[in-house]
Amino acid sequence: MIEIHNIHKAFGDKKVLDGVSGVFETGKTNLLLGASGTGKSVLLKCIVGLIKPDLGSVTFDGTYFTNNKLDIRQEIRRKIGMLFQSSALFDSMTVEKNVEFPLKMLTDMNKEERMERVNFCLKRVGLEGSNKKMPAELSGGMKKRVGIARAIAPHCTYLFCDEPNSGLDPQTALKIDELIKEITEEYNITTIIVTHDMNSVIEIGDKIFFLHEGKKLWEGTRDEIMDSNIKELNEFIFANRLMRDAKKVEEEEREEEEERQHNGQLSASQGKEKAPSEETVETQDEPQPENPEGPAATTQTGKDKV
Amino acid sequence: MLQSLGKYLLFMSTLFIRKESGRILFNRTIDEAILIGINSIIIVAIVSTFIGAVTCVQVAYNLDNAFIPRSTIGFMVREMTILELAPTITSIVLAGKVGSSIAGGLGTMQITEQVDALEVMGINSASYLVLPKVVAAILVFPMLVILAMFLSILGGYVAGTLSGEVTAQEYITGIRDQFIPYNITFALIKSVVFAFLISSISSFRGYYTTGGALEVGAASTAAVTNSVIAILIGDFVLAYLLL
Ligand SMILES: Nc1ncnc2c1ncn2[C@@H]1O[C@H](COP(=O)(O)OP(=O)(O)OP(=O)(O)O)[C@@H](O)[C@H]1O
Ligand SMILES: [Mg+2]
Repeated sequence: MIEIHNIHKAFGDKKVLDGVSGVFETGKTNLLLGASGTGKSVLLKCIVGLIKPDLGSVTFDGTYFTNNKLDIRQEIRRKIGMLFQSSALFDSMTVEKNVEFPLKMLTDMNKEERMERVNFCLKRVGLEGSNKKMPAELSGGMKKRVGIARAIAPHCTYLFCDEPNSGLDPQTALKIDELIKEITEEYNITTIIVTHDMNSVIEIGDKIFFLHEGKKLWEGTRDEIMDSNIKELNEFIFANRLMRDAKKVEEEEREEEEERQHNGQLSASQGKEKAPSEETVETQDEPQPENPEGPAATTQTGKDKV
Repeated sequence: MLQSLGKYLLFMSTLFIRKESGRILFNRTIDEAILIGINSIIIVAIVSTFIGAVTCVQVAYNLDNAFIPRSTIGFMVREMTILELAPTITSIVLAGKVGSSIAGGLGTMQITEQVDALEVMGINSASYLVLPKVVAAILVFPMLVILAMFLSILGGYVAGTLSGEVTAQEYITGIRDQFIPYNITFALIKSVVFAFLISSISSFRGYYTTGGALEVGAASTAAVTNSVIAILIGDFVLAYLLL
Protein backbone atom coordinates (compact mmCIF):
# COMPACT_ATOMS: atom_id res chain seq x y z
CA MET A 1 0.00 0.00 0.00
CA ILE A 2 1.33 3.40 -0.95
CA GLU A 3 0.02 6.49 0.77
CA ILE A 4 0.64 9.96 -0.48
CA HIS A 5 -0.27 12.98 1.52
CA ASN A 6 -0.67 16.55 0.39
CA ILE A 7 1.92 16.53 -2.39
CA HIS A 8 2.82 19.96 -3.72
CA LYS A 9 5.20 20.67 -6.56
CA ALA A 10 5.88 23.80 -8.52
CA PHE A 11 8.46 24.44 -11.22
CA GLY A 12 9.44 28.08 -10.77
CA ASP A 13 6.13 29.82 -10.36
CA LYS A 14 4.26 27.18 -12.34
CA LYS A 15 2.24 25.13 -9.91
CA VAL A 16 2.00 21.55 -11.17
CA LEU A 17 0.78 19.58 -8.16
CA ASP A 18 -1.43 21.30 -5.67
CA GLY A 19 -1.99 19.14 -2.63
CA VAL A 20 -2.62 15.62 -3.94
CA SER A 21 -3.42 12.90 -1.40
CA GLY A 22 -4.50 9.32 -1.81
CA VAL A 23 -4.06 5.69 -0.92
CA PHE A 24 -2.98 3.15 -3.51
CA GLU A 25 -3.95 -0.31 -2.38
CA THR A 26 -1.99 -3.51 -2.72
CA GLY A 27 -3.14 -6.07 -5.25
CA LYS A 28 -5.12 -3.49 -7.15
CA THR A 29 -4.40 -1.62 -10.34
CA ASN A 30 -4.59 2.03 -9.39
CA LEU A 31 -5.05 4.41 -12.29
CA LEU A 32 -4.01 8.02 -12.45
CA LEU A 33 -6.28 9.54 -15.01
CA GLY A 34 -6.11 13.01 -16.40
CA ALA A 35 -5.61 15.18 -19.43
CA SER A 36 -2.21 15.87 -20.93
CA GLY A 37 -0.11 18.23 -18.85
CA THR A 38 -2.03 17.89 -15.59
CA GLY A 39 0.97 16.55 -13.72
CA LYS A 40 0.47 12.78 -13.82
CA SER A 41 4.06 12.01 -14.73
CA VAL A 42 5.29 14.55 -12.22
CA LEU A 43 3.18 12.93 -9.49
CA LEU A 44 4.55 9.51 -10.36
CA LYS A 45 8.08 10.84 -10.18
CA CYS A 46 7.33 12.50 -6.87
CA ILE A 47 6.13 9.18 -5.51
CA VAL A 48 9.30 7.33 -6.49
CA GLY A 49 11.43 10.27 -5.42
CA LEU A 50 12.88 11.24 -8.79
CA ILE A 51 11.38 14.67 -8.25
CA LYS A 52 11.46 16.05 -4.74
CA PRO A 53 8.04 17.38 -3.80
CA ASP A 54 8.00 20.88 -2.31
CA LEU A 55 5.67 19.65 0.37
CA GLY A 56 3.99 16.40 1.31
CA SER A 57 4.96 12.85 2.09
CA VAL A 58 4.93 9.39 0.59
CA THR A 59 4.89 6.15 2.55
CA PHE A 60 5.44 2.68 1.16
CA ASP A 61 3.73 0.02 3.30
CA GLY A 62 4.08 2.21 6.34
CA THR A 63 7.71 3.17 5.72
CA TYR A 64 8.18 6.88 5.33
CA PHE A 65 9.95 7.51 2.03
CA THR A 66 10.25 11.19 1.15
CA ASN A 67 13.21 12.79 2.95
CA ASN A 68 14.07 9.56 4.71
CA LYS A 69 17.62 8.29 4.99
CA LEU A 70 19.32 7.37 1.76
CA ASP A 71 19.70 3.67 2.46
CA ILE A 72 16.06 3.32 3.47
CA ARG A 73 14.96 5.03 0.30
CA GLN A 74 17.32 2.88 -1.69
CA GLU A 75 15.99 -0.24 0.00
CA ILE A 76 12.46 0.70 -1.07
CA ARG A 77 13.56 1.61 -4.55
CA ARG A 78 15.03 -1.81 -5.09
CA LYS A 79 11.47 -3.10 -4.85
CA ILE A 80 10.18 -0.71 -7.49
CA GLY A 81 9.65 -1.53 -11.13
CA MET A 82 8.99 1.46 -13.32
CA LEU A 83 8.08 2.08 -16.91
CA PHE A 84 8.85 5.60 -18.06
CA GLN A 85 6.69 7.52 -20.47
CA SER A 86 9.68 7.74 -22.81
CA SER A 87 10.56 4.06 -22.14
CA ALA A 88 14.07 5.17 -21.04
CA LEU A 89 15.76 2.06 -22.38
CA PHE A 90 19.54 1.97 -22.01
CA ASP A 91 20.45 2.70 -25.59
CA SER A 92 23.91 1.20 -25.41
CA MET A 93 22.47 -2.21 -24.55
CA THR A 94 20.50 -4.76 -26.52
CA VAL A 95 16.89 -5.51 -25.65
CA GLU A 96 17.99 -8.62 -23.82
CA LYS A 97 20.63 -6.75 -21.80
CA ASN A 98 18.11 -4.07 -20.93
CA VAL A 99 15.71 -6.58 -19.44
CA GLU A 100 18.53 -8.49 -17.80
CA PHE A 101 19.99 -5.35 -16.25
CA PRO A 102 17.80 -5.09 -13.13
CA LEU A 103 18.17 -8.82 -12.57
CA LYS A 104 21.92 -8.47 -12.66
CA MET A 105 21.93 -5.48 -10.35
CA LEU A 106 19.21 -6.42 -7.91
CA THR A 107 19.06 -10.21 -7.68
CA ASP A 108 21.57 -12.97 -7.20
CA MET A 109 20.29 -15.07 -10.07
CA ASN A 110 22.93 -16.78 -12.16
CA LYS A 111 23.27 -16.18 -15.87
CA GLU A 112 21.03 -19.09 -16.81
CA GLU A 113 18.21 -18.10 -14.49
CA ARG A 114 18.47 -14.52 -15.68
CA MET A 115 18.19 -15.45 -19.33
CA GLU A 116 15.26 -17.68 -18.60
CA ARG A 117 13.50 -14.80 -16.86
CA VAL A 118 14.42 -12.38 -19.65
CA ASN A 119 12.97 -14.65 -22.29
CA PHE A 120 9.87 -15.23 -20.21
CA CYS A 121 9.29 -11.49 -19.76
CA LEU A 122 9.93 -10.72 -23.42
CA LYS A 123 7.47 -13.41 -24.35
CA ARG A 124 4.87 -11.91 -22.04
CA VAL A 125 5.08 -8.61 -23.88
CA GLY A 126 5.10 -10.32 -27.27
CA LEU A 127 8.71 -9.61 -28.15
CA GLU A 128 10.25 -13.06 -28.33
CA GLY A 129 12.97 -13.07 -30.95
CA SER A 130 13.93 -9.41 -30.52
CA ASN A 131 16.59 -10.22 -27.93
CA LYS A 132 19.55 -8.97 -29.89
CA LYS A 133 18.03 -5.77 -31.27
CA MET A 134 19.26 -2.39 -30.09
CA PRO A 135 16.69 0.11 -28.78
CA ALA A 136 17.32 2.35 -31.79
CA GLU A 137 16.05 -0.45 -34.03
CA LEU A 138 12.70 -0.68 -32.27
CA SER A 139 9.42 1.08 -32.90
CA GLY A 140 7.96 3.30 -30.19
CA GLY A 141 5.47 0.66 -29.13
CA MET A 142 8.15 -2.03 -29.04
CA LYS A 143 10.29 0.18 -26.82
CA LYS A 144 7.33 0.58 -24.48
CA ARG A 145 6.98 -3.17 -24.31
CA VAL A 146 10.67 -3.70 -23.61
CA GLY A 147 10.30 -1.07 -20.89
CA ILE A 148 7.47 -3.07 -19.37
CA ALA A 149 9.49 -6.28 -19.58
CA ARG A 150 12.35 -4.53 -17.82
CA ALA A 151 10.02 -3.18 -15.12
CA ILE A 152 8.45 -6.55 -14.34
CA ALA A 153 11.58 -8.67 -14.71
CA PRO A 154 12.73 -8.54 -11.07
CA HIS A 155 9.64 -9.47 -9.08
CA CYS A 156 8.86 -6.02 -7.81
CA THR A 157 6.59 -5.05 -4.94
CA TYR A 158 5.57 -1.76 -6.48
CA LEU A 159 4.94 -1.29 -10.15
CA PHE A 160 4.67 2.11 -11.79
CA CYS A 161 3.74 2.47 -15.42
CA ASP A 162 3.61 5.81 -17.16
CA GLU A 163 1.26 5.31 -20.08
CA PRO A 164 2.01 1.64 -20.71
CA ASN A 165 -0.20 1.43 -23.76
CA SER A 166 0.13 4.77 -25.46
CA GLY A 167 1.38 4.26 -28.96
CA LEU A 168 0.17 0.69 -29.10
CA ASP A 169 -2.55 -0.71 -31.31
CA PRO A 170 -5.78 -1.52 -29.45
CA GLN A 171 -5.10 -5.24 -29.46
CA THR A 172 -1.59 -4.98 -28.02
CA ALA A 173 -2.74 -2.28 -25.62
CA LEU A 174 -5.36 -4.63 -24.27
CA LYS A 175 -2.80 -7.40 -23.92
CA ILE A 176 -0.47 -5.12 -21.97
CA ASP A 177 -3.30 -3.94 -19.73
CA GLU A 178 -4.24 -7.50 -18.98
CA LEU A 179 -0.63 -8.42 -18.34
CA ILE A 180 -0.26 -5.65 -15.79
CA LYS A 181 -3.48 -6.58 -14.07
CA GLU A 182 -2.53 -10.23 -14.01
CA ILE A 183 0.87 -9.55 -12.48
CA THR A 184 -0.66 -7.21 -9.94
CA GLU A 185 -3.11 -9.81 -8.75
CA GLU A 186 -0.83 -12.82 -9.04
CA TYR A 187 2.02 -11.33 -7.00
CA ASN A 188 -0.16 -9.03 -4.91
CA ILE A 189 1.81 -5.92 -5.77
CA THR A 190 0.84 -2.28 -5.65
CA THR A 191 0.46 -0.94 -9.12
CA ILE A 192 0.01 2.63 -10.24
CA ILE A 193 -0.67 3.27 -13.88
CA VAL A 194 -0.78 6.66 -15.53
CA THR A 195 -3.15 6.73 -18.43
CA HIS A 196 -5.58 8.78 -20.41
CA ASP A 197 -7.03 5.79 -22.14
CA MET A 198 -10.68 5.17 -21.24
CA ASN A 199 -10.39 1.60 -22.48
CA SER A 200 -7.82 0.89 -19.79
CA VAL A 201 -10.11 2.43 -17.24
CA ILE A 202 -12.94 0.13 -18.19
CA GLU A 203 -10.68 -2.91 -18.50
CA ILE A 204 -8.45 -2.73 -15.47
CA GLY A 205 -9.28 0.29 -13.32
CA ASP A 206 -9.75 -1.13 -9.82
CA LYS A 207 -9.27 2.28 -8.38
CA ILE A 208 -9.16 5.47 -10.38
CA PHE A 209 -7.78 8.83 -9.36
CA PHE A 210 -8.73 11.70 -11.58
CA LEU A 211 -6.25 14.56 -11.69
CA HIS A 212 -7.11 17.95 -13.06
CA GLU A 213 -4.76 20.92 -13.01
CA GLY A 214 -2.66 19.48 -10.21
CA LYS A 215 -5.56 18.52 -7.99
CA LYS A 216 -7.24 15.20 -7.37
CA LEU A 217 -10.83 15.89 -8.26
CA TRP A 218 -12.27 12.43 -7.95
CA GLU A 219 -11.47 8.89 -6.91
CA GLY A 220 -13.49 5.73 -7.19
CA THR A 221 -13.92 2.46 -9.02
CA ARG A 222 -14.57 1.91 -12.68
CA ASP A 223 -18.20 1.12 -11.86
CA GLU A 224 -18.65 4.46 -10.20
CA ILE A 225 -16.86 6.53 -12.79
CA MET A 226 -19.75 6.78 -15.22
CA ASP A 227 -22.03 8.15 -12.53
CA SER A 228 -19.72 10.80 -11.16
CA ASN A 229 -21.05 14.30 -11.19
CA ILE A 230 -17.69 16.06 -11.53
CA LYS A 231 -17.93 18.26 -14.58
CA GLU A 232 -14.25 17.96 -15.56
CA LEU A 233 -14.29 14.18 -15.22
CA ASN A 234 -17.41 13.86 -17.29
CA GLU A 235 -15.93 16.07 -19.94
CA PHE A 236 -12.86 13.86 -19.94
CA ILE A 237 -14.79 10.59 -20.08
CA PHE A 238 -17.26 11.64 -22.68
CA ALA A 239 -14.81 13.49 -24.86
CA ASN A 240 -15.12 10.71 -27.39
CA ARG A 241 -18.83 10.39 -27.08
CA LEU A 242 -19.19 14.14 -27.30
CA MET A 243 -17.45 13.99 -30.60
CA ARG A 244 -19.82 11.31 -31.72
CA ASP A 245 -22.72 13.40 -30.45
CA ALA A 246 -21.33 16.43 -32.17
CA LYS A 247 -21.36 14.46 -35.39
CA LYS A 248 -24.93 13.46 -34.74
CA VAL A 249 -25.92 17.06 -34.08
CA GLU A 250 -24.21 18.05 -37.30
CA GLU A 251 -26.21 15.52 -39.25
CA GLU A 252 -29.40 16.68 -37.62
CA GLU A 253 -28.61 20.25 -38.45
CA ARG A 254 -28.08 19.30 -42.06
CA GLU A 255 -31.41 17.56 -42.10
CA GLU A 256 -33.00 20.58 -40.53
CA GLU A 257 -31.35 22.81 -43.09
CA GLU A 258 -32.88 20.71 -45.84
CA GLU A 259 -36.20 20.80 -44.10
CA ARG A 260 -35.93 24.56 -43.73
CA GLN A 261 -35.20 25.00 -47.42
CA HIS A 262 -38.11 22.79 -48.17
CA ASN A 263 -40.32 24.88 -45.87
CA GLY A 264 -38.91 28.05 -47.40
CA GLN A 265 -40.10 26.93 -50.82
CA LEU A 266 -43.43 26.26 -49.28
CA SER A 267 -43.58 29.66 -47.55
CA ALA A 268 -42.79 31.39 -50.87
CA SER A 269 -46.10 30.14 -52.13
CA GLN A 270 -47.56 30.66 -48.69
CA GLY A 271 -49.96 33.57 -49.50
CA LYS A 272 -52.47 31.34 -51.19
CA GLU A 273 -51.78 28.27 -49.10
CA LYS A 274 -52.09 27.33 -45.44
CA ALA A 275 -50.41 29.04 -42.47
CA PRO A 276 -48.76 26.15 -40.50
CA SER A 277 -45.59 26.21 -42.59
CA GLU A 278 -45.03 29.86 -41.59
CA GLU A 279 -45.28 28.97 -37.91
CA THR A 280 -42.84 26.15 -38.44
CA VAL A 281 -40.33 28.53 -39.94
CA GLU A 282 -40.71 30.88 -37.00
CA THR A 283 -40.19 28.16 -34.45
CA GLN A 284 -37.13 26.97 -36.30
CA ASP A 285 -35.51 30.31 -35.61
CA GLU A 286 -35.88 29.88 -31.89
CA PRO A 287 -32.78 28.68 -30.00
CA GLN A 288 -32.74 24.95 -29.92
CA PRO A 289 -31.92 22.66 -27.04
CA GLU A 290 -28.94 20.33 -27.54
CA ASN A 291 -30.76 17.03 -27.13
CA PRO A 292 -31.46 15.04 -30.25
CA GLU A 293 -35.21 15.13 -29.75
CA GLY A 294 -35.00 18.91 -29.67
CA PRO A 295 -36.11 19.98 -33.14
CA ALA A 296 -39.07 17.64 -33.27
CA ALA A 297 -40.20 18.76 -29.84
CA THR A 298 -39.94 22.44 -30.71
CA THR A 299 -41.87 21.98 -33.88
CA GLN A 300 -44.44 20.20 -31.87
CA THR A 301 -44.79 23.06 -29.38
CA GLY A 302 -44.77 25.50 -32.25
CA LYS A 303 -47.75 23.79 -33.67
CA ASP A 304 -49.34 23.70 -30.26
CA LYS A 305 -49.06 27.48 -30.06
CA VAL A 306 -51.32 27.85 -33.02
CA MET B 1 31.74 30.04 -11.07
CA LEU B 2 32.19 29.37 -7.33
CA GLN B 3 28.75 27.82 -7.31
CA SER B 4 29.76 25.42 -10.09
CA LEU B 5 32.89 24.56 -8.20
CA GLY B 6 30.90 23.78 -5.06
CA LYS B 7 28.43 21.70 -7.03
CA TYR B 8 31.32 19.89 -8.68
CA LEU B 9 32.88 19.03 -5.33
CA LEU B 10 29.53 17.78 -4.02
CA PHE B 11 29.14 15.71 -7.16
CA MET B 12 32.55 14.16 -6.64
CA SER B 13 31.64 13.22 -3.09
CA THR B 14 28.47 11.43 -4.26
CA LEU B 15 30.64 9.14 -6.35
CA PHE B 16 32.02 7.54 -3.26
CA ILE B 17 28.92 7.13 -1.12
CA ARG B 18 26.59 4.15 -1.57
CA LYS B 19 28.75 2.51 -4.21
CA GLU B 20 27.67 -0.52 -6.15
CA SER B 21 29.32 -3.86 -5.58
CA GLY B 22 33.00 -4.05 -6.44
CA ARG B 23 32.52 -6.68 -9.10
CA ILE B 24 30.01 -4.59 -11.04
CA LEU B 25 32.17 -1.47 -10.82
CA PHE B 26 35.22 -3.48 -11.83
CA ASN B 27 33.50 -4.80 -14.95
CA ARG B 28 32.20 -1.35 -15.83
CA THR B 29 35.70 0.08 -15.39
CA ILE B 30 37.22 -2.47 -17.73
CA ASP B 31 34.56 -1.69 -20.33
CA GLU B 32 35.15 2.02 -20.04
CA ALA B 33 38.93 1.60 -20.15
CA ILE B 34 38.70 -0.40 -23.36
CA LEU B 35 36.40 2.21 -24.82
CA ILE B 36 38.64 5.14 -23.91
CA GLY B 37 41.80 3.33 -25.00
CA ILE B 38 40.57 2.07 -28.33
CA ASN B 39 38.82 5.29 -29.25
CA SER B 40 41.82 7.43 -28.47
CA ILE B 41 44.84 5.43 -29.52
CA ILE B 42 44.91 6.46 -33.16
CA ILE B 43 44.47 10.17 -32.59
CA VAL B 44 47.09 10.11 -29.84
CA ALA B 45 49.50 8.26 -32.11
CA ILE B 46 49.06 10.68 -34.97
CA VAL B 47 49.30 13.80 -32.82
CA SER B 48 52.35 12.69 -30.85
CA THR B 49 54.29 11.48 -33.88
CA PHE B 50 53.86 14.81 -35.60
CA ILE B 51 54.61 16.78 -32.46
CA GLY B 52 57.91 14.92 -32.15
CA ALA B 53 58.68 15.53 -35.80
CA VAL B 54 57.86 19.21 -35.66
CA THR B 55 59.82 19.70 -32.44
CA CYS B 56 62.85 18.06 -33.98
CA VAL B 57 62.76 20.17 -37.11
CA GLN B 58 62.24 23.40 -35.18
CA VAL B 59 64.97 22.67 -32.67
CA ALA B 60 67.33 21.86 -35.51
CA TYR B 61 66.44 25.14 -37.19
CA ASN B 62 67.18 27.07 -33.97
CA LEU B 63 70.44 25.24 -33.25
CA ASP B 64 72.26 26.52 -36.25
CA ASN B 65 75.50 26.89 -34.34
CA ALA B 66 78.66 24.93 -35.02
CA PHE B 67 79.67 24.94 -31.37
CA ILE B 68 76.59 23.06 -30.24
CA PRO B 69 76.73 19.34 -30.97
CA ARG B 70 73.93 18.02 -33.21
CA SER B 71 73.08 15.43 -30.58
CA THR B 72 71.55 18.28 -28.61
CA ILE B 73 68.61 18.02 -31.02
CA GLY B 74 67.78 14.55 -29.74
CA PHE B 75 68.30 15.71 -26.18
CA MET B 76 65.92 18.62 -26.57
CA VAL B 77 63.25 16.63 -28.33
CA ARG B 78 63.33 14.16 -25.47
CA GLU B 79 63.16 16.83 -22.79
CA MET B 80 60.37 18.78 -24.39
CA THR B 81 58.19 15.87 -25.32
CA ILE B 82 58.56 13.89 -22.12
CA LEU B 83 58.14 16.81 -19.77
CA GLU B 84 55.51 18.83 -21.49
CA LEU B 85 54.31 17.94 -24.93
CA ALA B 86 53.44 14.28 -24.53
CA PRO B 87 51.42 14.56 -21.30
CA THR B 88 49.89 17.98 -21.86
CA ILE B 89 49.13 17.97 -25.57
CA THR B 90 47.90 14.39 -25.36
CA SER B 91 45.63 15.37 -22.52
CA ILE B 92 44.27 18.33 -24.41
CA VAL B 93 43.57 16.11 -27.37
CA LEU B 94 41.92 13.62 -25.04
CA ALA B 95 39.86 16.39 -23.46
CA GLY B 96 38.34 16.89 -26.90
CA LYS B 97 37.96 13.23 -27.66
CA VAL B 98 37.12 11.60 -24.33
CA GLY B 99 35.68 14.64 -22.56
CA SER B 100 33.10 15.39 -25.20
CA SER B 101 32.09 11.77 -25.52
CA ILE B 102 31.66 11.40 -21.74
CA ALA B 103 29.60 14.58 -21.48
CA GLY B 104 27.54 13.76 -24.57
CA GLY B 105 26.86 10.23 -23.41
CA LEU B 106 25.86 11.18 -19.89
CA GLY B 107 23.87 14.17 -21.10
CA THR B 108 21.88 11.98 -23.46
CA MET B 109 21.26 9.45 -20.72
CA GLN B 110 20.06 12.24 -18.47
CA ILE B 111 17.61 13.82 -20.90
CA THR B 112 16.21 10.48 -22.05
CA GLU B 113 15.52 9.49 -18.42
CA GLN B 114 18.01 6.63 -18.49
CA VAL B 115 19.65 8.09 -15.42
CA ASP B 116 16.25 8.21 -13.72
CA ALA B 117 15.72 4.59 -14.68
CA LEU B 118 18.92 3.68 -12.86
CA GLU B 119 17.97 5.74 -9.83
CA VAL B 120 14.56 4.12 -9.60
CA MET B 121 16.21 0.72 -9.42
CA GLY B 122 17.99 1.96 -6.31
CA ILE B 123 21.30 2.33 -8.09
CA ASN B 124 23.50 5.34 -7.37
CA SER B 125 23.63 6.51 -10.95
CA ALA B 126 26.52 8.89 -10.32
CA SER B 127 28.75 6.24 -8.89
CA TYR B 128 27.58 3.56 -11.31
CA LEU B 129 28.10 5.70 -14.40
CA VAL B 130 30.85 8.11 -13.45
CA LEU B 131 33.21 6.34 -11.07
CA PRO B 132 34.20 3.68 -13.65
CA LYS B 133 34.87 6.42 -16.20
CA VAL B 134 37.15 8.31 -13.82
CA VAL B 135 39.03 5.21 -12.75
CA ALA B 136 39.32 4.00 -16.34
CA ALA B 137 40.70 7.35 -17.45
CA ILE B 138 43.25 7.31 -14.63
CA LEU B 139 44.35 3.84 -15.74
CA VAL B 140 44.42 4.47 -19.46
CA PHE B 141 45.79 8.01 -19.74
CA PRO B 142 49.28 7.16 -18.43
CA MET B 143 49.50 4.33 -20.95
CA LEU B 144 48.50 6.68 -23.73
CA VAL B 145 51.04 9.22 -22.52
CA ILE B 146 53.80 6.61 -22.49
CA LEU B 147 52.82 5.72 -26.02
CA ALA B 148 52.85 9.40 -26.92
CA MET B 149 56.35 9.87 -25.46
CA PHE B 150 57.67 6.95 -27.39
CA LEU B 151 56.03 7.99 -30.65
CA SER B 152 57.06 11.62 -30.42
CA ILE B 153 60.69 10.68 -29.89
CA LEU B 154 60.34 8.28 -32.80
CA GLY B 155 58.68 11.01 -34.85
CA GLY B 156 61.61 13.28 -34.09
CA TYR B 157 64.02 10.60 -35.14
CA VAL B 158 62.28 10.00 -38.44
CA ALA B 159 61.93 13.70 -39.22
CA GLY B 160 65.49 14.48 -38.15
CA THR B 161 67.16 11.71 -40.08
CA LEU B 162 64.98 12.03 -43.20
CA SER B 163 65.56 15.75 -43.40
CA GLY B 164 69.30 15.18 -42.80
CA GLU B 165 69.43 17.60 -39.87
CA VAL B 166 70.82 14.97 -37.61
CA THR B 167 72.26 11.49 -38.06
CA ALA B 168 70.73 8.49 -36.38
CA GLN B 169 73.82 8.11 -34.24
CA GLU B 170 73.71 11.72 -33.03
CA TYR B 171 70.00 11.60 -32.28
CA ILE B 172 70.32 8.44 -30.24
CA THR B 173 73.28 9.83 -28.34
CA GLY B 174 71.17 12.91 -27.68
CA ILE B 175 68.15 11.14 -26.32
CA ARG B 176 70.36 9.07 -23.99
CA ASP B 177 72.21 12.10 -22.69
CA GLN B 178 71.70 13.09 -19.03
CA PHE B 179 68.51 11.15 -18.73
CA ILE B 180 66.53 11.96 -15.57
CA PRO B 181 64.08 9.16 -14.77
CA TYR B 182 62.10 11.48 -12.49
CA ASN B 183 60.91 13.36 -15.58
CA ILE B 184 58.98 10.30 -16.65
CA THR B 185 57.48 9.98 -13.19
CA PHE B 186 56.53 13.63 -13.31
CA ALA B 187 54.88 13.20 -16.71
CA LEU B 188 52.94 10.22 -15.47
CA ILE B 189 51.78 12.12 -12.39
CA LYS B 190 50.61 14.86 -14.72
CA SER B 191 48.73 12.40 -16.87
CA VAL B 192 46.95 10.94 -13.85
CA VAL B 193 45.93 14.38 -12.64
CA PHE B 194 44.75 15.40 -16.09
CA ALA B 195 42.85 12.13 -16.47
CA PHE B 196 41.01 12.84 -13.26
CA LEU B 197 40.28 16.44 -14.24
CA ILE B 198 39.01 15.62 -17.73
CA SER B 199 36.86 12.66 -16.76
CA SER B 200 35.36 14.24 -13.67
CA ILE B 201 34.69 17.65 -15.18
CA SER B 202 33.16 16.14 -18.30
CA SER B 203 31.06 13.76 -16.24
CA PHE B 204 29.91 16.63 -14.09
CA ARG B 205 28.91 18.67 -17.15
CA GLY B 206 27.13 15.73 -18.75
CA TYR B 207 25.44 14.48 -15.63
CA TYR B 208 23.78 17.81 -14.88
CA THR B 209 22.37 18.33 -18.35
CA THR B 210 18.74 19.35 -18.38
CA GLY B 211 16.58 20.05 -21.39
CA GLY B 212 17.09 18.58 -24.83
CA ALA B 213 19.55 17.75 -27.57
CA LEU B 214 20.71 21.36 -27.74
CA GLU B 215 21.74 21.29 -24.10
CA VAL B 216 23.62 18.03 -24.65
CA GLY B 217 25.69 19.77 -27.31
CA ALA B 218 26.28 22.70 -24.99
CA ALA B 219 27.32 20.33 -22.20
CA SER B 220 29.86 18.67 -24.50
CA THR B 221 31.34 22.01 -25.46
CA ALA B 222 31.48 23.15 -21.85
CA ALA B 223 33.10 19.86 -20.89
CA VAL B 224 35.90 20.35 -23.40
CA THR B 225 36.59 24.03 -22.68
CA ASN B 226 36.45 23.57 -18.91
CA SER B 227 38.72 20.54 -19.10
CA VAL B 228 41.29 22.33 -21.24
CA ILE B 229 41.42 25.28 -18.85
CA ALA B 230 41.72 22.91 -15.90
CA ILE B 231 44.56 21.06 -17.65
CA LEU B 232 46.52 24.24 -18.25
CA ILE B 233 46.06 25.47 -14.69
CA GLY B 234 46.93 22.01 -13.38
CA ASP B 235 50.00 21.92 -15.60
CA PHE B 236 51.27 25.14 -14.15
CA VAL B 237 50.53 24.17 -10.56
CA LEU B 238 52.22 20.80 -10.94
CA ALA B 239 55.30 22.26 -12.59
CA TYR B 240 55.53 24.78 -9.79
CA LEU B 241 55.12 22.20 -7.04
CA LEU B 242 57.01 19.23 -8.39
CA LEU B 243 59.91 20.58 -10.39
N1 LIG C 1 11.25 19.30 -15.20
C1 LIG C 1 10.26 20.17 -15.40
N2 LIG C 1 10.50 21.49 -15.38
C2 LIG C 1 9.51 22.38 -15.57
N3 LIG C 1 8.24 22.06 -15.81
C3 LIG C 1 7.93 20.76 -15.85
C4 LIG C 1 8.92 19.74 -15.65
N4 LIG C 1 8.33 18.54 -15.74
C5 LIG C 1 7.04 18.80 -15.99
N5 LIG C 1 6.78 20.12 -16.05
C6 LIG C 1 5.47 20.74 -16.27
O1 LIG C 1 4.55 20.09 -15.44
C7 LIG C 1 3.32 19.94 -16.10
C8 LIG C 1 2.86 18.51 -15.96
O2 LIG C 1 3.72 17.66 -16.67
P1 LIG C 1 3.51 16.11 -16.71
O3 LIG C 1 4.63 15.56 -17.49
O4 LIG C 1 3.31 15.60 -15.35
O5 LIG C 1 2.17 15.98 -17.51
P2 LIG C 1 1.33 14.66 -17.76
O6 LIG C 1 0.09 14.77 -16.94
O7 LIG C 1 2.17 13.47 -17.53
O8 LIG C 1 0.95 14.82 -19.27
P3 LIG C 1 1.00 13.74 -20.46
O9 LIG C 1 -0.25 12.97 -20.37
O10 LIG C 1 1.05 14.57 -21.67
O11 LIG C 1 2.22 12.91 -20.24
C9 LIG C 1 3.52 20.38 -17.53
O12 LIG C 1 2.88 21.60 -17.70
C10 LIG C 1 5.01 20.54 -17.68
O13 LIG C 1 5.26 21.66 -18.46
MG1 LIG D 1 3.14 12.14 -18.68
